[in-house]
Amino acid sequence: MRHLLDTRTLDRATAVRILDVAEDMSDTQSREIKKLPTLRGKTVVNLFFEDSTRTRISFEAAAKRLSADVINFAAKGSSVSKGESLKDTAQTLQAMGADAVVIRHPASGAPQTLATSGWISAGVVNAGDGTHEHPTQALLDAFTIRKRRFGAESRGRDLAGITVVIVGDVLHSRVARSNVWLLATLGAEVTLVSPPTLVPQNVSLWPAKVVYDLDQALAQGPDAVMMLRIQLERMNAAYFPTEREYSRRWGLDALRVAGLPDGSIVMHPGPMNRGLEISSEAADSPRSTVLEQVTNGVSIRMAVLYLLLAGERDDERGGDQ
Amino acid sequence: MSARTVLHEADISRALTRIAHEILESNRGAENLVLLGIPTRGVTLARRLATVIGEIAQTSVPVGALDVTMFRDDLAQHPTRSPRPTDIPSGGIDGCTVVLVDDVLFSGRSIRAALDALQSIGRPAVVRLAILVDRGHRELPIRPDFVGKNIPSSRQERVNVRLIEDDGAEEVTIEA
Repeated sequence: MRHLLDTRTLDRATAVRILDVAEDMSDTQSREIKKLPTLRGKTVVNLFFEDSTRTRISFEAAAKRLSADVINFAAKGSSVSKGESLKDTAQTLQAMGADAVVIRHPASGAPQTLATSGWISAGVVNAGDGTHEHPTQALLDAFTIRKRRFGAESRGRDLAGITVVIVGDVLHSRVARSNVWLLATLGAEVTLVSPPTLVPQNVSLWPAKVVYDLDQALAQGPDAVMMLRIQLERMNAAYFPTEREYSRRWGLDALRVAGLPDGSIVMHPGPMNRGLEISSEAADSPRSTVLEQVTNGVSIRMAVLYLLLAGERDDERGGDQ
Repeated sequence: MSARTVLHEADISRALTRIAHEILESNRGAENLVLLGIPTRGVTLARRLATVIGEIAQTSVPVGALDVTMFRDDLAQHPTRSPRPTDIPSGGIDGCTVVLVDDVLFSGRSIRAALDALQSIGRPAVVRLAILVDRGHRELPIRPDFVGKNIPSSRQERVNVRLIEDDGAEEVTIEA
């Protein structure tokens, strides 16, 4: 694997391979010594043009557990606020000898540009770009669903026949997009639930059903219910009348959780708006996988960095020289 | 491409039985013994050895798998390898006599990686090495304690171990 830019172009075999390697990574994290020498001497740069705590820390932990050196670069208070372009920032990192660049950027497609422009030869991992994709989040969600469902028998399996309901602000959500593509590739059936104002226009092309009523979707007895965060920072128009109304119609409260079939799980990528899209009863119930998702996130990111950096460099570097 | 068979099914089985006796002899019984196979075929051989030792000593011997992929020093020279599961017996390995089991001993680099991998899991009292085929050409100061057969080979030749459980055949061949 040269880069990880999206889940849309990820084929089933590669996706299952990442999940399987993450299983092995997860096994090593229960050992007395969690650190592996695998990526000794490699440098991973976390290039974050957007605020993030958990994704950045998760990537940092993953790189450090594999003995890579980590350089954190936050756009705030850096040369970017002095007007430096993405190209110049990237080439500076290249000159410092970065082997992989983990990038989060408010513009959709920034990681793609970085990977294909020929500015740098490092592997690029998309850690969230605009409203496009957030592939490692989708991979860790798929890993969590598989692990809860199959336990120790997870290796080599996909998610054929598993039903997943994704609820909330699909319009602005890169997590929803990455999950729709990945879950469909792995054979799961995805239903999106959202207020009509928060459904993207091109959604008919996605491999997912769309309904507007949460109770109707939950009545099907899904295996996993994934709540999306209402991104208050992106609510720049009147997408729904009030937060209370949103919470009543599309929020996951105790009553809705109680109606779920045995064994179905409640997921949230975090950070949660408790009381808005998810109630505390739902977030803290035994069905909730919120903290497992965080733990699994480190394993998934270790797997991605391993597959990107450990082996021989393929020569399909995007327009190098 | 001429392949010649150097060990047949009966030879492999005799070699494993002898190694089982040697392990018991050097350990003075089956006490504190843990067998760890190096994937893929080392794990199969470790399981078979555990069965044979169990029959001889009338006890059950803990057996597991130790993946060394993440500890290799030649990862960058090959296409990315997929790691295999590591499975340590529930009793752990602290204070035990760990016998590493692999099919072919060549450069010794896998065993070096295995020693590092072992270190991250616990601290055995003694570590020994059992090998079905030793083909020479060591690059590190590593030697086996129990050997099924020494097969002198040239570096260009390939030594293939095939086992029923993994390959559906049971033989060791050497290919020019």
